[in-house]
Amino acid sequence: MATDGLHENETLASLKSEAESLKGKLEEERAKLHDVELHQVAERVEALGQFVMKTRRTLKGHGNKVLCMDWCKDKRRIVSSSQDGKVIVWDSFTTNKEHAVTMPCTWVMACAYAPSGCAIACGGLDNKCSVYPLTFDKNENMAAKKKSVAMHTNYLSACSFTNSDMQGCDKKAMVWDMRSGQCIQAFETHESDINSVRYYPSGDAFASGSDDATCRLYDLRADREVAIYSKESIIFGASSVDFSLSGRLLFAGYNDYTINVWDVLKGSRVSILFGHENRVSTLRVSPDGTAFCSGSWDHTLRVWA
Amino acid sequence: MAAGPASPGGQPRTQRPHLSKMERMVVSMQDPDQGVKLRSQRLLVTVIPHAVTGEAPQEVGRRGCRPASASPNPRVCSAGNEVVEWLIQKYSIQEEEALHLGNLLVQHGYLYPLRDPRRLVLRPDETPYRFQTPYFWTSTLWPAAELDYAIYLAKKHIRRQGALVDYEKEQYDQLHTKISHTWDLVVMQAREQLRAAKQRRKGDRLVIACQERTYWLVNRPPPGVPSVLEQGPERGSCSARGMQMTKSFDFYRQEVACLRKALGRARVKSSVCLEAYFRFSSQRLPHDPIMTGCLPSNPWVTDDDAYWALNAPSVAVPTRLRVEQWALSFRELLEDPMGRAHFMGFLGTEFSAENLSFWEACEELRHGGQAQVPALLDAVYQQFLAPGAARWVNIDSRTTEQMLAGLGRPHRHVLDDAQLHIYMLMKKDSYPRFLKSDLYKDLLAEAVVPPETKRRVFPFTRKPRRSSPGPALLPASTSREPAGGDGEA
Repeated sequence: MATDGLHENETLASLKSEAESLKGKLEEERAKLHDVELHQVAERVEALGQFVMKTRRTLKGHGNKVLCMDWCKDKRRIVSSSQDGKVIVWDSFTTNKEHAVTMPCTWVMACAYAPSGCAIACGGLDNKCSVYPLTFDKNENMAAKKKSVAMHTNYLSACSFTNSDMQGCDKKAMVWDMRSGQCIQAFETHESDINSVRYYPSGDAFASGSDDATCRLYDLRADREVAIYSKESIIFGASSVDFSLSGRLLFAGYNDYTINVWDVLKGSRVSILFGHENRVSTLRVSPDGTAFCSGSWDHTLRVWA
Repeated sequence: MAAGPASPGGQPRTQRPHLSKMERMVVSMQDPDQGVKLRSQRLLVTVIPHAVTGEAPQEVGRRGCRPASASPNPRVCSAGNEVVEWLIQKYSIQEEEALHLGNLLVQHGYLYPLRDPRRLVLRPDETPYRFQTPYFWTSTLWPAAELDYAIYLAKKHIRRQGALVDYEKEQYDQLHTKISHTWDLVVMQAREQLRAAKQRRKGDRLVIACQERTYWLVNRPPPGVPSVLEQGPERGSCSARGMQMTKSFDFYRQEVACLRKALGRARVKSSVCLEAYFRFSSQRLPHDPIMTGCLPSNPWVTDDDAYWALNAPSVAVPTRLRVEQWALSFRELLEDPMGRAHFMGFLGTEFSAENLSFWEACEELRHGGQAQVPALLDAVYQQFLAPGAARWVNIDSRTTEQMLAGLGRPHRHVLDDAQLHIYMLMKKDSYPRFLKSDLYKDLLAEAVVPPETKRRVFPFTRKPRRSSPGPALLPASTSREPAGGDGEA
């Protein structure tokens, strides 16, 4: 037994050093094609003017922290989930609640609207994804496959695995091929856990929000980080990020209860939005880009426009 | 109170970078030259000395160690508005943000008010605040130990009957029941600490009492005050376990394979990629309501949902912007059911509609129910792919071979390559012709441009607001009042 352990340790050490040297080589390769910085190119773009966005709707009804939300394709309905296991479907334009479902677990951390608008899916600490058709009030749990990703010519998907058992550290952003289950690309520039990732609207890049209080932009074709969105006065982690439709603005919700709006191209902050009374846990821009919705640990959701 | 090792389940300082950042912030706030303006403060009859920063406490024995006493200093504390002012200057931010940031510092116990000390709130006025000693920083003594809390409450109780507030009384009783077997130890420690405290100067004693109280306000907040220390469910990452996980053999092997593959990847020059962002953003600018507004108005701002009605999936006449969007990318044309329908009509005139129908059938296969996969696959094959099929689509031989091989084990991704082939065919070939076609040109010409909604003018209120001009594009130096003053639901 002892000799086996020794043999394993030797190969382990050599593998480890091989990995390190490969990482170094990869960084070199990435740097070779990095001929210009984003802010340099952004100099010729006009700065954005004064920015005014306000809370237009406040959705009250959850009895505990709001953890996740998603928009329906009809651009006004929203599904949200909370720590107490409740999942609510709202017509956020009128602020009416249309459906409410109680999940058997607490910390319902993910919920999504089906593209058809006829069902919602949610999951939490029960490690299950349950789908509820929206025509009935009480439903059987139907175990369902996770919703497929947006059409992309390379069939890729970017996900964050905060409870990963794929031994990567959570500071890594990984891009996966859904078909083969392989990790295609990995980026490790954040200094702390990554909480959220979202594709840039063209699909060629994605943004991430992290506990290190920065958001970063990674380009998939250049295979590198191309921008960091940070400010000295922002010291709490970013929990969720999303782009406006043109990709010019990045909205990020933070654990210090605020939402910061970033100019994606210039790298500067355009605005800071106050209103929530506890950390912002989830944020999505509406499908037609007219507004975005934020959910918070203060039990409410807010629609901003 | 001992600064012992963190108990299991607690997160070490590195996992909460915002705490380290706040600590660096308060340290620079106390810099003699660059820090916040300080002033002396007379509290009751004693001049409270300034708390010294960064001094490591001397541990004496087990529990019962106390931080070293502060050396007296005539400059003692800062006013709330000084703190706000310092933050404004230091970080080049506005007052609202500075007040918010300062409030976070106080909520986390890094500063505490000398007036109304039970409420950890930053008041932007003359209210004096003092900096918490590092000994009591959230990250230093984490997590707060139940035993220590019991001792703290016991001390209050012993020193003066009725000193405990309601919720503290409850906690005290609960703890008494819970750890009744060690209660003697609690009382003994409490008495010991009180005795040691008596040997200090009154000034120091008062300071330490304030510091301790603030610590417990943060770690055991009163009812109604949310705990700032709550973190959510523990993450399964390796670093959260508090110790370095020994990475396995398999992990490194996988990592090496992944890295090798990554090295072989084709990369694009940064300048090319970044250029693409500019093109994309400027092209999409008119289609981004948050940036440029939307016509007739943004429903969220004006409470008028005409915009949605005008852009409904099956409206009679589409808006101009919508038709223009079909020219931006093939994907966007297909994503819009109306666009897709018109494209189908166009393909009909070219006798290639089966391509789009095949693509749609593949979409249904990919996104549909698992149980339907075999039947659907068979139907698609019969209709589009089999030799002599009614609506045969032209796939290259290599893709066809691979697909036929995969048909033996039906799953939802069997037709992916074939679907992609047809997609690219349409995109490269039919789509550009569609955009040049009379059909499309007519759609553009007939498309609707909705007029801007003019709000009714109320003579006794402010000027009429232009319907959502797009918050991002107001001129930087606007002399009129900010738009969007109402509309808050």
